[in-house]
Order: sequence, then structure tokens, then C-alpha cells
Amino acid sequence: MELFATLQMTWWLLLGVLLSGLAVMVGMDMGVGTILRYVGRSDIERRVALNVIGPHWDGNQVWFVLGGGAVFAAFPLIYATAFSGFYVVMLLLLWTMIVRPLGFEYRSKLPSPRWRNAWDWALFVSGAVPMVVFGAAFGNLFLGVPFHFEWNLTSFYTGSFLALLNPFAILCGLLSLSLSAMMGALTLMNGAEGALHQRARGLAQVAALVGVALFATGGLWVHALPGYQLVSGPGAGVAQTPLQQTVATITGAWQSRFVARPMLWGVPLLGFAGMLGALLAARAGRSHLGWWLGALAWIGVIGTAGVSLFPFLLPSSSDPSVSLTVWNSSSSRLTLLWMLGFALVFVPLILWYTSWAFWVMRGKVRAGQIARDEHAY
Amino acid sequence: MIDGTVVELSRIQFAATALYHYLFVPLTLGLSFLLAAMETVYVTTGKPIYKQMAQFWGKLFMINFALGVATGLTMEFQFGTNWSFYSSFVGDIFGAPLAIEGLMAFFMESTFVGLMVFGWERLSRGQHLAVTWLVALGSNLSALWILVANSFMQDPQGAHFNPVTLRMELTSFQQLIFSPDAQSKFVHTSIAGYVTGAIFVAGISAWYLLKGRHVELAKRSFRMAALYGVLATVGVITLGDALGFVAAQAQPTKLAAMEGLWKSEPAPMPFNLIAFPDQALQKNAGTVQVPYLLSLLVTHSLDGTVAGLDTLERQAARKVEDGIPAVLALKTLSTNPHDTAALAQFKAHQQDLGYGFLVQRYAPDLEHVTPQQVQQAARDSIPPVAAVFWSFRLMVAFGLLMLAYFVLAVIYTLRNRVQDQRWFLRVAVWMIPIPFLANELGWLTAELGRQPWTVFGVLPTWMSASTHSVGYMVFSLAGFMLLYSIFIAVEMALMVRAIRHGPDESGDGATPPGPRPGLAPRPVPAAPRHPVPEG
Repeated sequence: MELFATLQMTWWLLLGVLLSGLAVMVGMDMGVGTILRYVGRSDIERRVALNVIGPHWDGNQVWFVLGGGAVFAAFPLIYATAFSGFYVVMLLLLWTMIVRPLGFEYRSKLPSPRWRNAWDWALFVSGAVPMVVFGAAFGNLFLGVPFHFEWNLTSFYTGSFLALLNPFAILCGLLSLSLSAMMGALTLMNGAEGALHQRARGLAQVAALVGVALFATGGLWVHALPGYQLVSGPGAGVAQTPLQQTVATITGAWQSRFVARPMLWGVPLLGFAGMLGALLAARAGRSHLGWWLGALAWIGVIGTAGVSLFPFLLPSSSDPSVSLTVWNSSSSRLTLLWMLGFALVFVPLILWYTSWAFWVMRGKVRAGQIARDEHAY
Repeated sequence: MIDGTVVELSRIQFAATALYHYLFVPLTLGLSFLLAAMETVYVTTGKPIYKQMAQFWGKLFMINFALGVATGLTMEFQFGTNWSFYSSFVGDIFGAPLAIEGLMAFFMESTFVGLMVFGWERLSRGQHLAVTWLVALGSNLSALWILVANSFMQDPQGAHFNPVTLRMELTSFQQLIFSPDAQSKFVHTSIAGYVTGAIFVAGISAWYLLKGRHVELAKRSFRMAALYGVLATVGVITLGDALGFVAAQAQPTKLAAMEGLWKSEPAPMPFNLIAFPDQALQKNAGTVQVPYLLSLLVTHSLDGTVAGLDTLERQAARKVEDGIPAVLALKTLSTNPHDTAALAQFKAHQQDLGYGFLVQRYAPDLEHVTPQQVQQAARDSIPPVAAVFWSFRLMVAFGLLMLAYFVLAVIYTLRNRVQDQRWFLRVAVWMIPIPFLANELGWLTAELGRQPWTVFGVLPTWMSASTHSVGYMVFSLAGFMLLYSIFIAVEMALMVRAIRHGPDESGDGATPPGPRPGLAPRPVPAAPRHPVPEG
């Protein structure tokens, strides 16, 4: 393959890596926020839960920021078209997400129960809503989104906000929510003891089971959906705009990758195996193993979406031929090359010092130490 | 065509959220280095008071940091949500520094900030010190990449327009990051953050000295802040001067607006100390001038001149006329990328493409452009002079005020007399808002002075915004205002409460939590080598 096409392919894979990092690392913190009020019945239990992720949520959240930055740098047309098209949904995501740092940082600064209770609700909303939005956004990619371009690539989104909250998208949103709740519960099993640990253990299993059911339902549903197929266009590794291709919608097109390469069925299987494995591990009380299996489940689920949609990144339902693909929405060769260089140096470095940070803070958080530590959340 | 109201609302939303975000960022930049310096003194001397200082100012740092992070999320995505055309038009270049900021800087800052707060008992002294320095380094590297991105908007270096993909593309990464604007702006802006941190620490320390509370901690904090602040203020002013020099080359309209210079004049040019620019009449009222000074300040010589807005507007009119065939050729290329005649026409006129876009606002199809429309577009190329002129003047005035303040502060603190100068301590408290105001005015000077462009000379603001409805924009603007108002109220209340509560006086600041079970005991920091009693 020519260099430009290889770079585009590599960045598509890297996008998958970044989205998986986002889902696993931000997802577990948001999962903790979502289940906080259920697993933590008293103030001190909730504080223990928050302090389990306390040293890490800030670093983890950067996966979200980096996700945005990487899409901007590697697929600017996706960044521009998707985020403006999904405007109200993006606002929902941002407004709930910007409450979260304050929830962590400010909640335990005042003793008032009403103050703390309000922030607990804020943490629930800022954990649950972004995960549903994250999944629902992926769901809408399968359905296509109504947008078109003017001659100079000014984009126009012609759908309504409510159209983005259709049944299939909500199903995907709930799948993402259940996976994040499962990971949040496994994280609390890792870092907490007693009743909190036990409630998290039960919840992890329920969430994993719900995740399996939703993933299976989603898979069957996609069979009935019309998929998109690239009929003609300049192809990979050619500088182009989205105005130069033709795209057809065919039922079953989203399965065509798997039909062509049966080995790819391993990707959704990884999703199922990860969730079931996490379930069994939680049941057996082996939460560290369960956490890693849960991370594999995320990779399987996101990978399934990526493989099904490939090479599409943002199909247009109102004008299928301007659908955005890996080939027509990427940055130039030079930008992709520079960014690949930076990613190859810094992603391993990030993984290394993140692991070190987790290693330093390893072990269980206990109620007694929080009461004495003025730095604790 | 994008609705003009939508563009205006998008601008207001971006300015409001950016100015708000920028209330918290400079303090993070400045305070992080002060924390690292205090902790370095603690580790090298072993005096527990410096640990107490690092932990107390660290607590205030985190209250501020939380809002900086939260509002930064909005900024990372707002280019896509509200400046869709801008994002696709220059994303090939502009996205890269934002992504690198995440990879290289923000990850480091955010990962280690968790260890900085939670790691006091789990890390050795040296390790914790390294962590604090990494937070400071991360936040400053973060500023570097954001300002590289911003500088591309001021002076688009290292890029060209690709008629095949209909967008700007990167031609030289080195030119992008080493552009003169990026370099001087990074240093000017990050040092402005150090000034902010210094005034914050000095002001709160002065308040404790006035109240006679935590005197030892306050005196030492004040001294460190004063020394740090005087150096930083000198740096800000020096680099601000360099930035003015850069602007003269890259953005002559911004410089002319900053100086209220409607007409070109022969050297040596006088400096408008005070003036009331009138955009419609294109002249100033109530002017107070200092002879020769403008030539000296901007060109560093007596025979240097700066172009006035009248000259620049005439040049813009010529560029608008030259830009029209470029846009028309591009329209042909959009449907047929292989049209060689259109490509040749585009190549001949591409340097003025942006000015062609400028007149498209009045003549969307560009088929019959009237001389009036060309004039209108040329007139548009002048930024809002009064706003830029006064933002700049006030920023500089505040800068000089802070320099005078820090010189006095250093004199008093080195003579160990600061606690006796009660008037000065009161001034120090009242100085706290000044650097925040100066920072905001600096942003306004830079970004209003860039108008009518989002990317100077290349992409006009009017076509950069997303094609939302007015209703959506009113909704989002109202939502941001509501949320952000609540946030600032909560943040200020917690900040004031933490300051009133003061540093933790029990022993050396931290209470050690018990070790987590199932772990080998962590290395416990050795006892201070030279224990010093407090007070």
C-alpha cells in the first residue's frame, strides 16, 4: 500500500485505540459516578468510592480530551461535521461532563448533607448521561445522520435533536452505560472493602449480563438495518473531498466485512467473551482479572462497530454519496505522518506513567484514613 | 450563507467561554511553579514550614484547577460544535497542536496532579517533588501547544491552500511551531500566568499579615511570590514589546488598531497616549500625543514608520479584487478537480483567496461584484479600533502598575519590613484582580485585533461558524451562562472559605493515613534534618 493509504489505515486503528482508552478509563470513572448512590449508602461509603478513583479520574479524563484532539488532527472533517451536527447532544455531553470535575473536587469540601447529596446527584448525571450519549452517537452512525455539503464544504445538518434519540441509538447508549457501570463496579471491588465491595460485586454481574443481552439484541437489529456501501470514488490514499464518490444503501451491508473475512467474527466474540468473563470473575471475587476482561469487552464492542462501518466514519442519510469515510475525511499525508510520530512516542509513555500512578496508589481505600486526610475527596 | 446573527452569537459564546476559561488557566500556570519552588525548598532544607506552604497553596491550586479543567473541555470541542467550517478548513494544521497538547502535556499534568494531591504519604520526598515539577511542566507545555495553535490564527505559517481538498494543509511543521508569533506569544502569555500566581500568593499572604495570622507562612510566601513576581513582570513587558514588533510584520491592521492609527504619517510618528477612536468617521477624538514615541516603541528607531488604516484599507481593496477570480476558480474546481484552466486561474490569484471570501459576504455568487461591495469588504478588514485600542492601553497600564508594585514588594520584603507597611499590605490584597483583568484584556487585544478574520488574511470570521439556527445558539449561550455563573459562585465561595480557614496548623501539614492492608510498608519520609519550630 502507498504511504498515504497506510497512514489513513493506521490512524483509523489508532482512533480505535483512543476510543477504547476513552471507554475503558473514562467509562470506569463514570460508572462509579452512575452507581455511587446505589453502592454507597452512607456518606463515608460514598467518600470511599470517590477516593478509589480520586487520584486517577483527572488523568483518565484526558482520554476524552485527547479523543477530541485526535479526531480534529487526523479526521478534521469528522470533527467539524459530527460535532456541529450533534449540537444539542454535544451540549448535553459537555454540560454534564464539566460538572464532574467540580463534583469530585468540591463535594466533600463542605460538611452539609444537602450540599453533598446534591453533588452525588450531579455525579450520577455526569456519569450516566455522557455514557448514554457516547453509545447513542455510535448507534446513529449505523443509521446515518442527515447532513449535506455546499460546494465549499460548508456542512448543513438537517435533522432534529430528537431524531438522534431513536430506539436503536438508545439501545446502544444503554449498552455503553451498562459496560461503564460494570467497569465502575469492578473498580470499586478492586479498591474498597465490606458492604461497598459486596454491592459492587452484585452490580458488576447484573451489568455484565445486561450488557450481553443488549449487545446481542443490537447485533440482531443491525441485520435488519440498511447499511452503506461505497460504489465508486477516488479510493484510499488519494487527496479528495466527499463530493467525488457514490454510495448505495443496501440491507446487510454492515455485515459485508464479516462475510468477506470470517476471521473478523472474532471481534464481536471478544466482546461477548469479555463480558461473560468479567461476570464470572466478579462472581469469583477476582475483580482485577474481571477489570481486564471488561476492558477487552470494550475493545470487542468498539471494534465490532468499527469493522462493521469500515470504511465509513459518518454516513449521511439524506445524501449518502457525501458520507464521510476514512479516505475522504482524513488529514493530509504530512499531518498524519507527524501525528503518528507523536503518537508512537507519547502513547507508550502515557501508558507507562499511568501504570506507575496506579501502582503507587494500589490497595484498598479505608474509611478511617479518609476521615484523617484533609486532601481526600 | 450563514445567518449573520448566528455568527455573532457564536462569537459571543466563544469569547465568553474562552475568557471564562482564561480566568483559571494563568493561575494554574503560575501557581504550579510556585508550588514546585516551595516544595524544592522543603526537600533541600527540610524545613516543614515549606511543606505546609506547598500543601496550603496546593489546596487553593486544586480549587482553581478543577474549574480550569472543566471549562477546558468546552474549548476542546467548541471549534467543532460552533466553528465547523473553520475546523474543516484549517483542521489539517490547527488540530495537530491540540492533539499534541493532549498527548504531551495535558496527560502528564492531569495524571501527576492526582499523585501530587493523594501521594504525599505514598511517595518518597524526591518522588513527590518530581511529581509536582511534572505538573508544572505539563501545564506549561500545555500552554505552549495551545498558543502554537492560536498563533496559526494570527499568522498562518507553514501551510498552503490545496485546491483539490478545498482546505488549508500543512507544508512545514517546523514553520508552524517556530513561527515568531508562536514563540513570543507563548513566553509572554505563560509568564503573564506567573505574574498572576505571584500576585495571588502575595495578596493572600498580605491579608494574613494584616490579620496577624499564620505570620511565618505568610512572610515566607510573600517573599517567594515577590521575587518571582518582579522577574516575571519584567519578562511579560519585554515579551509584550517583542509581540508588538511581530504584529507589525504579520498583522499590520491589528497594530494600527492598537495604536489608533487611522492615517499613515511620516517618521518620527507620535504615540497616542489617550484617544477616542470613531470607527464610522475613521478618526480619533480627544487625542493626547507623545511626539516621536510610536516610531521608537514599534520600530525601535526614530525613522521607522507604521502603516495607517487608510493605507491598509486601500491595499485590502486591491486584494479583494484579486481574490474574486480565485474563489470563482475554486468553485469550478470543486465540481471538476481536473479543470486545468480553473487551476491556472486559481494559482494566479490564490494569495488573495481570503479577501475574495471577504466580499462573498455581500456578493455570494461573485458574478457581479460592484465597486461599493469591494469598498465594503475592504472597510471590513479594519478591526474594531476603539475596543482594541483601549484593551491594549489598559493591559499595558496594568502591567506597569504591577511592575511598580513588585519593585516595592521586593524592597520591603528583602528589608524584612513588609509586615510593618500596612498600607502596602492593603494594596497587595486589592492587587489580586489586576493580573486577571490584564490577562483578559490581552486576550481581547489579540483576538479582536485579528478581526475580521479567524485565520488572518485567509479565512473570514463570517464564514467560519457552524450553520446552526438562532434558536440553538440562544439555547446554548443561555445554558453556558447559567452553568458558568453557578460555577464561579461555588468556586469563589470555596476559595474564600479555604483562605479564611487558612493552612492546617497541626504539625507539618499532613496527617498520615494508615497504610493500605496487604501492602509492604511504604517508605516514610525521613524526619526533617533541621526541624524548625513554627512562628
